[in-house]
Formats: sequence, structure tokens, C-alpha cells
Amino acid sequence: MSSLVKCPHCGLRPREEFTIRGEVAAPRPSAGADEATWFDHVYLRDNPRGEHREYWHHAGGCRRWLVLSRNTLTHETSDVVDASTLKTEGAR
Amino acid sequence: MTSFRIEGGTLIDRSDVRRFTFNGEALSGIGGDTVASALLANGKQLVGRSFKYHRPRGILTAGAAEPNALLTIGRDGRRDPNTRATMAELYDGLEARSQNCWPNVSFDIGAANGLLGPLLGAGFYYKTFMWPAAFWEKVYEPLIRKAAGLGRASYDPDPGYYEKCWAHCDLLVIGAGPTGLAAALTAGRAGARVIIADEGAQPGGGFLAEGSPVGGKPADTVLADIIGELHALPNVEIRKRTTVFAAYDDQVFGAVERVQKHLPENEINPHRAMERLWRIVARQVVLATGAEERPIVFGGNDRPGVMMAGAMRTYLNAYGVAPGKRVALFANNSQAYQTAVDLEARGIEVAAIIDPRTCPNINYAGKARLIAGAMVRDTAGRRAIKSITVRHDDGSDEVIAVDALGVSGGYSPIVHLACHRGGKPVWSDAHIGFMPPEKTDGMTPCGAVAGKAGIAACFAAGGVAAVKALAELGVMGEAASLPGVEQTAETVDHIQPVWRVASSKGKAFVDFQNDVAASDITLAMREGYDHVELAKRYTTNGMATDQGKTSNVNAIGILAENKRVSPGEIGTTTFRPFYTPVCFGALVGASKGMDFQPVRKSPLHGWAERHGAKFVETGLWYRSSWFPKDGETFWRDSVDREVNTVRTKVGICDVSTLGKIEVFGTDAAEFLNRVYCNAFLKLPVGKARYGIMLREDGFVYDDGTTSCLGENHYFMTTTTALAAGVLTHLEFCAQVLWPELDVRLASATDQWAQMAVAGPRSREVLSKIIDDDISNEAFPFLAAREVSMFGGRLKGRLFRISFSGELAYEIAVPAGYGESVADAVMIAGEEFGIAPYGTEALGVMRIEKGHVTHAEINGTVTPADLGMGRMVSAKKDDFIGRVMNLREGLVDPSRPSLVGIKPKSPSDKFATGSHILNPGDDVSLANDQGYVTSMCHSPTLGHPVGLALVKNGPKRHGEEVVIWNGLAGTTVTGILCDPAFVDPENEKLHA
Amino acid sequence: MRYSALSLLGNAFSKNKNWKPAWRNPDPKPHYDVIIIGGGGHGLATAYYLSKVFGVRNVAVLEKGYLGSGNIGRNTTIIRSNYLLEGNNPFYEFSMKLWEGLEQDFNFNAMVSQRGVINLFHSDAQRDAYTRRGNAMRLHGVDAELLDRDQLREKLPFLDYENARFPIMGGLMQARGGTVRHDAVAWGFARGADQNGVDIIQNCEVTGIDRDGNQITGVQTTRGAITCNKLAMAVAGSSSHVAKMVDMRLPIESHALQAFVSEGLKPFIDTVVTFGAGHFYVSQSDKGGLVFGGDIEGYNSYAQRGNLACVEHVAEAGMAMIPALSRVRILRSWGGIMDMSMDGSPIMDRTHLGNLYFNGGWCYGGFKATPASGYCFAHLLATDTPHETATAFRMDRFARGYLLDEKGVGAQANLH
Repeated sequence: MSSLVKCPHCGLRPREEFTIRGEVAAPRPSAGADEATWFDHVYLRDNPRGEHREYWHHAGGCRRWLVLSRNTLTHETSDVVDASTLKTEGAR
Repeated sequence: MTSFRIEGGTLIDRSDVRRFTFNGEALSGIGGDTVASALLANGKQLVGRSFKYHRPRGILTAGAAEPNALLTIGRDGRRDPNTRATMAELYDGLEARSQNCWPNVSFDIGAANGLLGPLLGAGFYYKTFMWPAAFWEKVYEPLIRKAAGLGRASYDPDPGYYEKCWAHCDLLVIGAGPTGLAAALTAGRAGARVIIADEGAQPGGGFLAEGSPVGGKPADTVLADIIGELHALPNVEIRKRTTVFAAYDDQVFGAVERVQKHLPENEINPHRAMERLWRIVARQVVLATGAEERPIVFGGNDRPGVMMAGAMRTYLNAYGVAPGKRVALFANNSQAYQTAVDLEARGIEVAAIIDPRTCPNINYAGKARLIAGAMVRDTAGRRAIKSITVRHDDGSDEVIAVDALGVSGGYSPIVHLACHRGGKPVWSDAHIGFMPPEKTDGMTPCGAVAGKAGIAACFAAGGVAAVKALAELGVMGEAASLPGVEQTAETVDHIQPVWRVASSKGKAFVDFQNDVAASDITLAMREGYDHVELAKRYTTNGMATDQGKTSNVNAIGILAENKRVSPGEIGTTTFRPFYTPVCFGALVGASKGMDFQPVRKSPLHGWAERHGAKFVETGLWYRSSWFPKDGETFWRDSVDREVNTVRTKVGICDVSTLGKIEVFGTDAAEFLNRVYCNAFLKLPVGKARYGIMLREDGFVYDDGTTSCLGENHYFMTTTTALAAGVLTHLEFCAQVLWPELDVRLASATDQWAQMAVAGPRSREVLSKIIDDDISNEAFPFLAAREVSMFGGRLKGRLFRISFSGELAYEIAVPAGYGESVADAVMIAGEEFGIAPYGTEALGVMRIEKGHVTHAEINGTVTPADLGMGRMVSAKKDDFIGRVMNLREGLVDPSRPSLVGIKPKSPSDKFATGSHILNPGDDVSLANDQGYVTSMCHSPTLGHPVGLALVKNGPKRHGEEVVIWNGLAGTTVTGILCDPAFVDPENEKLHA
Repeated sequence: MRYSALSLLGNAFSKNKNWKPAWRNPDPKPHYDVIIIGGGGHGLATAYYLSKVFGVRNVAVLEKGYLGSGNIGRNTTIIRSNYLLEGNNPFYEFSMKLWEGLEQDFNFNAMVSQRGVINLFHSDAQRDAYTRRGNAMRLHGVDAELLDRDQLREKLPFLDYENARFPIMGGLMQARGGTVRHDAVAWGFARGADQNGVDIIQNCEVTGIDRDGNQITGVQTTRGAITCNKLAMAVAGSSSHVAKMVDMRLPIESHALQAFVSEGLKPFIDTVVTFGAGHFYVSQSDKGGLVFGGDIEGYNSYAQRGNLACVEHVAEAGMAMIPALSRVRILRSWGGIMDMSMDGSPIMDRTHLGNLYFNGGWCYGGFKATPASGYCFAHLLATDTPHETATAFRMDRFARGYLLDEKGVGAQANLH
């Protein structure tokens, strides 16, 4: 799904309305975490060939951050959720 | 009528005579003609020259695959180079010219290249032009470039208007031949929203070229009935002259509609698009693109007069044009025999049908002599074909005089759009062709693209495919049928592959336009370039403007034959957009010239204009950069005056473009505390604070002030450049990192007109329009709150902040009041000598004061680099960038840090971007000490001043350095100093 | 067979039937001193310099497709060394010097054409940034010139100076920059390496990496297991995918970049030109096609293709720069997958697994870097020390904070 995105708030919208941040990396560490943990969060990526979770921002729409589950080989998207659910539901 | 025009023609209107010129010669054609059919009707077989050997070339096809007949059509800004004559519709007054030939198409000096043929084989250039070394760029390459290219682009602006649209449909039908029309009819009757697109001037495809009746009625009558019904269906949209050129993700298809390309200049409506780009979102697709007839590779197969057998039928039946007077056919399949039937029906002599199959099982009862088990070995004729040499199965040769040869080597399904998303076509031995990929989600290939032949079979297939596609959408449909046509059992045409005629003596071409011969493919293989992609890249086969539509499968066949494997094992090269070339104009639409990007204007734009502002592009904004007064001829005259006015009196500056973000919520303070590196938790109501925002990697992202306007309400300003970026970043923090915080963000950049009123008299000016007490005691430095203005008639927000370093305020009012308030400030300030000042003066004053902007905050600096290391909170346990900011490389004491810099001699000038060297050091990157980030002439000090990032800078105040500008060839001795050139004690701010 | 005027003439007389294969097509041997994964430009160049300069000849290059099937054949053919940072600039200049002598060196005409690279600027801030960059280049002895609008007009008369949304103020020119026939670079290096005894093994995909503790022992491939003393990765675009075989995560994301070619036109663009108010760069090939590109798609991808939005974006920027393109037709688009590193600069280093060496993260810079990347990687493989121009490309620079961020956009791969 790299031409159209099914925003959970706005419906099917063209890619032009979105900005993309990249991979959902390791969660932001707690304040007391060591530098290595922070380094992992800020710099290291799985970058898989296949299923990938990534942040898209509906900048030209509802301005919500979304998490797309998208295949990097086929560009097919299996799931789109509001990014706030990641933390509230304790995902990953 | 011209000599080759005969009766009939489903597409032409004989009452509509159209004049045109070809290479300056006046000719005439008929409405409905393509340029190609009109040229053929005029007996013009030679229309162009090939790329490498400049061989004479004629019209090979009647459609999009044409490799030879590329003409330049039109002139000036409406000049279209490389236009396929087979697709260009003839209009009255059209001018067409041959390309790639000199002095003319009949006698072309470049043809001498043909004599060097053996030297110029595949990849020859990789092996030569290397000696002497310097000669490639000085001698050989300029010669090659001179000879390169096809048509010449226009250098004039295109007067045409272009546009882009989205379209949505249940079913997109690509191709309006029998297959596509059946699909559209089926889906249309079922009530689905249908778009049917076809690249031709008229829908019909195979119907248009059909010479025989369909179900007892003339083919064009049957077609007219179908089109009539489709037009009557409100849910069906027929897009003719529309090429679907690419398939993208999520069923988005790119299509280009040539809306007015077929009209003479005087009929073009300037308010309508010349071409229109469609982005079509289709729930389901029926791919009915048909199949491309393949040439056969034999000696002299490129001679003008050699034409695809199917193209001959099209010229005959659709345009009423005879391809010749004595025609032969060379075909390895039975479908092509229909050409002989149609030729004979029009009284054209068919001299022979040469069929490599020993016992072709065909149903042909015509007069032509059938030569089975034979091949056309070679052709003869200087500028057009005069005869063919037939090699019989017993090895004997026979010369037959002809003036045209129809060729058919089988059919290649037009699978491009089924493969653009990564699918690989599949070889079929039954069809001798590459079929669409097995998995084409959401797309149903059918008809000729799926191996069917003939109107009846294709029409039936189209209906069935549409029913299947509708079922995917939960819609019931019934396949449309052709009245009076009985479905007969499918017969498979036995095609005998002929990848090349081995007995040929002359050059046998695979790729006509790029002059790739069978021997080149073999040579590539011999040299190790045997993968289909390597062979393509080494020989350039398939890389011409037709992208190998007529050549790729033959090249694959030759590779397969050489390797003794199936063409399926060789595989195809990758099918990529665009199916046929698309012009920039269509892809750009209206986003050109001054409309390339939208313009943002400040709410004070009109006010600035009235004061004569010179504007400068800043991102999308136009910002007022200075305000020249009478007598000021040079920008610096104005800027110096503006600076002096602010420093001694008072000035007003539009700062509306700064990003403005309203922050609300019970956790707003906590939120700000986490996004800024300095403390924000205890910012009291009515106060502003300067803040530095880091990225998570510890480098400075942006800076600005945030004011607490009330409990749980803050107002943030960002730099102009990062207004959008900061909001996006904050939203990420609020929604993703800390969704548990109660914080709401809203952009207010466009809602407020904001102006800085700066200078020692600024308080006196503002006191005249602001009702509240704004004395230093009541409204000290960094005060920020809502104020009443004009006797309570307007509420605004007043901030006592200063970028210039003077006593200064920023006043924000709702955008619609901006100009009136600015006018009021000007009137109030008149007695104090107020003047508007622009971004240039603002820039000068901030450099004089040592304030940083994005010239310094360049994405690679830390707060410490900017002399603000102490602002980074050591107490807060968490904020964005805290941990990464502590990395070894970010606290390295030798990092370049902010200093002031001035010339040792006040009359010396230097430039931003100059580098800093230590005196006496060699000029080298290793000795680089830093660079000048900003500089200006300081009217306050009377000499240039600058800011620089220099290794150990803050410890080197007073040191002499070299300001090195190698680009300009200048070196200046400079002195490093405190970046605050003006008022280092901040007395003015607090005055 | 050495290519010369004589060999060309001789073969012409024998109807080109005596040309020999440019390289062998060997079966893999059971063991090599060095195995290089990736038969693209960088892998082949590494093998070439290893065998030629460092005398390491028992080398295999394993390529899962055909040689040169990666980004070496998918780029816009531009070479330049107009870099800003001290860690980058000498490396790319070293590469430029290698380009300048390459064809004589490997006896293959790759059509190195130093026709000049011009980066346009449209604002004072951009001019200042280019002044800084041009001076950094000059400090290292790299050629750089700042052109004003009049000088530009002479070289590039067809740009939009008058009616532009973002008027062109000038440009930074590197006259020694230019273009190279990209495929020929792969072929030249392959032929040269092969002649030195390197085995180039096509259709050989690495499916696993064997290790004994922290030592690599060899690889599993679709053509069997092969052992080695040293294993080198040169698979930019797929770096994370291969690194995963040894459980390494990298500061890299894979992104798709489209490139385009127009129909052939009579020459009118002599130099490489880069737009400064949008993503667009263009040159004209010797065949007459305009070769151009723009920005990456923005989302992670291994699919070697892009979408329409990006196509439109590129076309818009192109026409903003050259209005005469309106009726020029775009013939073909294609896509490559690039390693976008987290600071926009490459990584070339020994990994924590002592005999596994990494070369990747090239972002947009891969093609122009090809010869120097090969040379420096060969240096690293042969001597276990980085080449003097590649000392900044260390893997640990991210953790330590010594970043090479030319654009200054930080740890977001798709912004570089």
C-alpha cells in the first residue's frame, strides 16, 4: 500500500497526503536506560525484506501518526492503526 | 485521390480533405487518417532513418509499437519530436519532418556508417576509442554526441495547458477492442461504474481492422451499436485517446489522455487541457490490451515496404489505403492469411504467401500462390522493397518481384501492465509467446492478451472476464454476447517459431530503431553477455523508444535457440513503466512556471507591498526583505538605514511567518519540559522563555520562544523553516511517545499576524495603541500576555522578546486585523521616526547581537557548540535527546563552536562560507578550523562582522586567523571574538 | 583478449566470430581466501583491486542474479566529488582520480565523460552553503567554481531564469564531475578481475553464513557450501537482509529510488545539472536520452519500483528548471534499492565478527564511489586497516557520535 493508505480516521487517501518517518524501532527507552539501549532505539533497524511496521503521518489529513504493517517486497499493507495504540496496548 | 487510396475505410471521412506537409512537400490526406496512413496513401514508403547505420526505414506497424516512423510534428512551442506517425492523427495544416538524417531522408550521409557495419557490431564502443587516453572526451565523444539523438526538442515554452485528475471506478477496462468492449458492456449493464480506456482515436480495436462481416453484419455497424449502448449507460465512461501507461500499487493506474493533440492550432481551446493525466483507482481491472504481431528476423527485413501483416489489414480496412500493388506475405501462422483475403477482396495482387510450415493447416481459398516450407531469405531495393528472395525447402532460391511484404511471426501478448508490479510473464509453447503472470491480483487479462484470437473468441472472453471481476465486487453480471455469432470450438493456431532465417545473407534486424541485428545478439552471447538483461544492455536491443515491443521476444528466441533452451528459460527483461512514452507536460499538469509550488503570503503582505517592500522567497513564503526609500539605489543603503532606525529610534517588522503552535492540556507543561532541553515545568503564567529543542540524536533541531498564556495554555513559536517540521515532531511525541499525557496541539501560524516593534522608542509607540500598562515594571523583559488595544476594540497578544537586541516587543493580532494594526503602529510611530524593516535588517541585527538562526543551527551542532551548553538541563531525568547528547563525539572539546569574527582591517570584506585557517598553516582540509556561518556589514560598528563555528572557538577570542575563500581567491586576516558585537550586557533588552 | 584497434579490426574481418568471452563462467571451488557477496559494482571493483593491487587472487564474487544486476545498472550515471565533510571529501576525490584513469587501467571503454556537474542555488542561504562546500573542496585540492547567473546562462541557456517560482541565482560547478556508462563499469571490473583469476559466480545466492563462534567459516549458497578465510559483504540495498544471517542489525533502511530516461533527443544538455528548489538532476547520454532522477519514495522497500506520486514530483521539478521539457517524452522509469544509512554516509568496516567485513550504506553516493569503494574495501580486506581516505566510515561512529551527516537531518534514514 504505497499509493493509497487506508487511514483509520479518514478512509482511503493518496500517499501524497502522508509523510513517512520509517521503521517502528525498539520502543523509546526509559529515562534511566543505558547508552547502548538508546543507541539501539535511535539508530538500529531490522529493515526486513517482508513484513514491516512503520510510522506514517497523515499530515494532509487528520494529522494522526499511524502504524502501517506493510510488506516491503510487495508493498501490500495488512494493517493500519493509530500509533497511540502501540503504547496504550503495550504492543511490542 | 492519391495513388494508394482505395475504397472503404471504417475510420475515415472522405469529405474532410486535410492538407499537410512532409519534409516540406505539400500532401493531402483525409479526416480520420493517421500521419502514417496519409503518408502511405501518398505512396511514401521511406519516412525515416535508423539510429546507427542510417538505413532507410518505412512504416512497420499501424499502432503504438512503431519503431521506425518517428517524425517531428509541429513547430515552435508545439513541436513534438519522436512522434510515432502511426499514432499521430492527421489535422489540417500539420507539419511533419523526418529525423536523424542529413541532408535529407532520401539521401543521408550518415548511411556511410553502414559500410563500417562489421566494425560497429554490438558493444564495439566498449572496446575502442581509448587511445590516446585524452581522445575520448576531446574527439570521439563529441563526434558521437553530434550524431546522437533522434528529434530535436523545442526550446520554446509550450503554450499548452495541462491538467491532472483522479478517477475512481469499480471496473477499469484497458483496451476497447472486442474483448474490452464486451467487458465494459457486461459490467455496464450490471450497473458497475466502468471506465474503458483506449489509446486509439476511436474505440474498436480489432473491429476497426476487420474486413469480414461479424454475425452477418458489417463489423463497423456492430461496433457502432456497442458504442451506442455504452454511451447511453450513465455509469460507463469511454476514454479514447487515453493510454494507460503504468500500473502502480493499490490498483492505481496512470493514464494519459491526449485531449487536444489531434487538433490544428486554430481549433485548440486554450482553456482546455492539451493532455490530461489520470490517476485511476480501480477496484477491479480487465486487461484487454491485445497482442503485438512479431516481425521475423531475415535479411533486409527493415526495407521500407516490409510491414506487419496485421498492419496491412488495418491500413486496408480502417483507412482505405493499399500497402502496395503487388504484395507478398511471409507468415508462420494462419491468422495472417486473413490479410491475403482482405487484400484480394480489394483487388490487390497477392504475389505469394511464404509459410515456413510444411503443411499449414489453413482455411484459405484465395488466388495467391502458397509456398509452404519456405522462408523469405532476403529483400532487395534501394529505398523501398523491389523484390524478395525466397529460400525453398529444397534449398533453392527464387526471386519474386513485390512492392510490399507483409510479415507475421506470431503474436506477443501485451502483458506490460500485468507485470509493472513485479509479476513475471510465463512462456507458453502453445502460443509461442509470453503470457501474463499467473497471479495478477485484481486484474483479469483476457482476449488476445490471454492468447485468444478472432473477434468472436475475444468478445466472449471479455464478457466472461467481466462477470468474474464483478463477482469479486459482489455484483452479479451476465456476459454480453454478439448477436448472430455462434460460439465455435476453439481451434489453436499452430505457429511454428521462426526466430531468425538462418540462410539470410543481408543484415537481419531484431531491433529496428537501434539497428540491432541477429548477429549482434549472437556476438553478445559469444562474449559472455548471455543473460537476457546483459544481452539487452550490451546490444541495446529493446532500449529504443518502442522499448522492444516488436524486438524483445525475437531477441529472447535467438538467445534460446543459440543456447538450445526454451525461451521460457531465458525469460524476459523487466517490464517497466511507461507502456508508451509520456510527456513531461502531462505529468506536471498545472504545477509549472510560477505555479511550480504554492505561494504563502503573510497576513501583512499587502501592508509590506504598500511600503514598497522587496520580497524574497523563503520556502513557500514571500517575505519582505527590505523597504527601499526614494534615492536608495543599492539594497544595502536601505538595510543600513533600517538597522540604524531600529537601533536609534524604532522599526516594525513582519514576523508572521514564524511557526506558531498553541499547546493546551493539563500536561502541557510536562510535555514542553520533555521536548525542550531546558526547563519549562515552572514557567509562570504571563512569561515567555527561549527554548532549544533537540532531536533524539542529541543535536539541536530548532529554537524559539514559548509563552505561558494561562493555566494549561502555552503558545510556541518556531523558526519559519521548521514550522511544519516541529509540529509534526511534537505530534509524534504526543501521540506515539507519550499518549498518556493530556496535551493538544494546534497550528496557529496562519491565524495570527505578528509584528516585531523594536527600538528604544518602541514602548512609546505601542503605548499609544495598547490599553494596558506596558511600562518596564508592569511588562518587563520576557513578559507575555493578552492585551487590550484601541480602547478595548481588539485583543492581541504582546510578547516582550527581542531578536534584534533592542528594547522590543512582538505583537500578535488575528490575521485579518494585521494590516490595520500595522498601519496603526506606523501612524503611532510617525512622530518617533518609525520605519518598516525587513528580514535583511533583522539578519544584520541578529548577527550584531550574536543570535543564531538555521545558518548556525545546521543540524550538526549541539547547544554547547552554540555557547548554550548550560541551557541543557542536568536536572531533568528525561527529555528528547538527553542521552545521545552525551556521546563522546558530541562533547568532544575540539568541536567547532560559535565565535564572532571580524576583519583585522575594518575595510576588509569576507564572505559567508569562507573557511578558517590558522596563520601560516598549509591550505588543506586537515588544517581546516571551521567556517563562517553568517556575515554582514554592521552599520552600527561600521565594519563587517560575522559568526563562525571554529574549533575551540570560545577559548580563542582575540586570536588572529585566516579567513580563506578559495572560490573567490581571497584571504583576509580575521580576529575571533565574542559573538555579541552589540550590547553584550543585554542592557537594551531590559531598558 | 586485450582490446585494441588491431583486435577490433582483425575481428571485423573475421565477421566478429573470434571474440572470446569477457569473463569465464566458473563453478564455485570449495574454498577461497576471500569471498565477496555481491557481484555489483562495488563487489566486482573490490575483487579487481584485491587481485590487481593487493595480490589476493584466490577470490570468489558470488552474485545471486547476473553480474551488475544491482544498482550499478540502475543509477543515473553521475560521478562527482563535491562533498562537504572532511570524512567524505577525500574519499570521493580518490574515487574521481581512479575514474580518471580507469579505462586505461582495465582496458575497457566505460565512457568516462567529465562534462561537469552544476548544482544550482536559488537563495542567499543556499549560495552560502555552496560557498562553504566549494571552499571545503578547494581546501582538499578538488576543483570547484561558483558561477553567477550570467556565467550559468552561457552554459545552460535553456534553464528558467525569468518566470521561475524560485529564480536561479547561480551554481556550484565541479568541472571534473560528469557521467560514466554505468553497465560498462561492472563489465570492465568483472573482465579485469576475471583475467586476474577471480571467480565470478553468477546465479549463486548466499542463503546462509556459517560460523564457528565469532569466526566466519564460509557460506551456504544455492550452488552449495563454500568455505573462506574472509567474508566480505558488498550488497548495498540488501545489507540488512544479509546481515540478518549473522544476527546483525544495522543503522540502515532500504529505500527505493526511481530513475528515468527520456526518448533520444539531439544534444542540448552538456553537463549534469542539479536543481536546487526541488529534487531533480539530469544529464544527457551519448545516445541522446535525458537521464534523470529525484528523491527516494520515502517508504522502506525492496521492490525495485516506485509509485506515480514520485514520478510526478520529479517531472514537476524538472520542468520548473527546464520549461522546454514540456513536450519531451519520458520513455522509461526503473527502480533501485538503496541502503539509506542513518547519517547519509557509507559504512566500510570490519565487523564484530573478526573475519566478516562490511561495505554498504551508500545512500545516493554508491555509483560515483565504485572504484574507491572497491579499492578501499580491498585495502581493508588485505591489510585489516582502513584506507587513509576511508577512516571515517567506521561502524562505531553512530554509537560514539562521530557522524558524517552532510545534510544535517539526523537519525532518520529517508531524509538523507
